[in-house]
Amino acid sequence: MKVPIQKLTDLGLGVFNWVDDRLHVKKIWESTAGHHVPQSAGSWFYVFGSATLLCFMLQLVTGIMLALVYVPSADEAYATLEYLTYHQQLGWFLRAMHYWGSDFMVGIMLLHMTQVYLFGAYKYPREITWLSGLALLVCTLGLAFTGQVMRFDEDAYWGLGIGASIMGRVPFIGQQLVDFMLGGQIIASETLSRFFALHVFVLPGAVIALVSLHLRMVLTKGINEYPVPGMLVRRETYDKEYAAILKKEGVPFFPKAIDKDIITSAFVIGGIVACAFFFGPKGPGGPADPLQINANPRPDFWFLWIFSIAALMPAEIETFALLVGPAVVGLILVALPFLNGTGEKSWRRRPVAVIVTLLVWISLGILTYLGTTSPWSPVMNAWSAEVTPDAQILHRTPLQLQGAITLQYKQCRNCHAIEGLGGERGPSLSDVGMRLTKPQLVRQVVQGGGNMPAYGQNLSPSEVEALVAYMITLRAEGVPPARDVTLSRNTKN
Amino acid sequence: MNQESDQAPITDAPCACSPSTPCEDPKKKTRREFMLALGLGLNAIAGAAVGIPLLGYVFSSFLKPHELDWVILGSVEKFPEGKTRLGNYKNPFHRSWDGSTADIPCWVRRIKGNEFQVFAINCAHLGCPVRWFEESKLFMCPCHGGAYYEDGERAAGPPPRGLYTYEFKIDNGNLMILAGALPTLAQPNA
Ligand code: FES
Repeated sequence: MKVPIQKLTDLGLGVFNWVDDRLHVKKIWESTAGHHVPQSAGSWFYVFGSATLLCFMLQLVTGIMLALVYVPSADEAYATLEYLTYHQQLGWFLRAMHYWGSDFMVGIMLLHMTQVYLFGAYKYPREITWLSGLALLVCTLGLAFTGQVMRFDEDAYWGLGIGASIMGRVPFIGQQLVDFMLGGQIIASETLSRFFALHVFVLPGAVIALVSLHLRMVLTKGINEYPVPGMLVRRETYDKEYAAILKKEGVPFFPKAIDKDIITSAFVIGGIVACAFFFGPKGPGGPADPLQINANPRPDFWFLWIFSIAALMPAEIETFALLVGPAVVGLILVALPFLNGTGEKSWRRRPVAVIVTLLVWISLGILTYLGTTSPWSPVMNAWSAEVTPDAQILHRTPLQLQGAITLQYKQCRNCHAIEGLGGERGPSLSDVGMRLTKPQLVRQVVQGGGNMPAYGQNLSPSEVEALVAYMITLRAEGVPPARDVTLSRNTKN
Repeated sequence: MNQESDQAPITDAPCACSPSTPCEDPKKKTRREFMLALGLGLNAIAGAAVGIPLLGYVFSSFLKPHELDWVILGSVEKFPEGKTRLGNYKNPFHRSWDGSTADIPCWVRRIKGNEFQVFAINCAHLGCPVRWFEESKLFMCPCHGGAYYEDGERAAGPPPRGLYTYEFKIDNGNLMILAGALPTLAQPNA
C-alpha cells in the first residue's frame, strides 16, 4: 500500500496551524523556550535551577501516586504506610523515590542558591528573582518538614512535639500558636490533617505559583551572564550592557543552551532512582504511639543541623536564638539584593562572599555530622548492655570491685564511656584516676557540677567510697593517681 | 467596553481626549464610575462574608479558651510508695479517629500516702519523651541530653526548667489529673 506521505504532512500541518491560530503556540514557545540567553550562561554552573524544578516535578508525580493509597488519618496513616511499603506492588519504590527526590531537591536547591550567591546573580535587576527564590526555599523546606510528618511514625510524632515546643517559646501568643500549629491542644488527628493539607495542597500550590514568577523574571530580566571579574554592575548602565551582550552572543535557550541542563536532568533522575533502588524508603519507624516512650526521635537529613543546634545552644540564650535567629537570617537574605545590589559579581573578587559561603557550608556539614552521631545523648542501655573490659576489672580489691558494680548499676556509663564503650555525654572514665584526685571525685559525684547531676541523694556514703576507690584505679598502667599539687608541696617541706 | 467610541473618529472636543481615553458623555462617566464603585463595594462585602468565617475557622485557636479536664490515672493502689511509675490516660478531648495518639503517658511519683507528683512525659526543652531510671533516680531525655532529678528538678543539659507537672487530686481512691494539652513553655504553671 502506498502511503500518501504528502497528504499526511499537509494534514498534520493543517491541524497544527489550526491549533496555533487559536493558542499562539509558536509565539509562546519562541518567547519562552526560545528566549535568548548569553552564550556564557550555557555553563555547568547554571544547571542547578532546572534540576531543582525537575525534582519538584518528580515529587508531584510520585506524591500523587502515594496519595492513591495513603490515608491522612491519625488512626490509619501508619497502617497505610506499612501497606504501601510491604504489600502494595512497587509501593516501596514509589515511597523511596518520593523520599530521595525530596532529599535531592533540597540539596540541589541549596547548590543553586550557593551558585546564585557566588555569581552575583541576585544583583540588579534580578531582585525579585532572588526574593521569589527565597520564598521557594522556605516552601521547599516546609514541604520536607511536613513530608516527614506524613510518615506518621514516632519521629513524626515527637518531631511535631519539638515544633510545638519551639512555638510555645514565643512570648504572649505562644499558646495560641501551639494550638494553631497542632490544630488542637495536643498532637492528634487534626494535627496530621493540618499537615496533610499543607503538604499536598498549600505548599505545592505555592511552589507552582512561585516557580511561575521565578521563571517569568528569568524571561523579563534575563539569565545572569557568566560574571567577568572587574565588570561592575551599575544601575544606570547594566540594562544596556546586558542588551549588548545578548546582541553579541545571545543564543536561543532552546536548542542552543539547554544541552547541559538535559544531561544533568538525566543524572539527577538516575541518582534518585538509584538511591531509591539501593537504599529504599526511609522507615516507617515505630508507630506514632506516645506510649512507646523508648522512642529516639531524630529528624530527616536536612534538619539534623537544627537538631544539633538545639543540643549545643546554651539554655539561657536558646529561646532568643530559636526565635530571633531565623528572623535575622531571613532579613539579611531579603535585604541582600538591595544592600549589595551593584558592583562586582565575580566570586574571584568577592573574598567575603567566598568566606561566608565556606563558613556556612562547613558549619552545616559539622552540625549535620554531629546530628547523626549525637554524642550529647545518653546511651540509654549502656549500663546494662556494655561489657567492662578485663583491664578495668583485673587485680582490683573487693572495695574497688564493689565500686565497679556501683558504677555500672547507677548507670554512670549511660553518659560516661570506659574504653570507648558507653555514652559520650560526659567525659570518658578510662583515665579519670589521672585527672581527678580523690576529694575532687567525691565532690563531683556527690554535688555534680558542669553538666553532671548530683548523686548525693542517691548514693550511700559507702557507695561513694567504693565508687571513688574504683575510679582512682582507672588510669594508664604505671601512671600514679592524680595528686593535689598544693598538698604534695606541703609534704615535701 | 465602549465599542462606539473605539470606532468613532476622534474630534477636537472641550474635554481632554486621547485615543486611549476617548471623549465621553459626562453623565455616562459618572454613571460608569458609580457602577465601578458599587461593584467594588459589593465585592468587598462578599469578600468579607467569605473571608471572616474562613479566618475564624483557621485561627479558631486564637479565640477558643484553653481548656483542661480531669482524667483518672487509676486507683491510688496501683502506684507503690516511694516509686516512680509510668501512667497513662486517654486525652479527655480525643476524637474517635485519633488512633494511638489518644493515649498519653505520664510519670507518676508516689512519695508517700496521698503525696504525689505527676510529671508530663515531655521534656521541658523541646518535648521529647523522658525516661525514668530507677537506679540512678534520674529522668533522661533521648534528644539533647537533658536530665532531671526524681522530684522533676532540672539536673543537667539544655532544659530551661524542671519537668512539667499535672495538677492532681484523689477522688474515691482514684488518682486524677488535670490534662488535655501538650505542655510547653507557654504554660508557666504546668
Ligand atoms: S528535648 Fe529533652 S533535652 Fe532536648
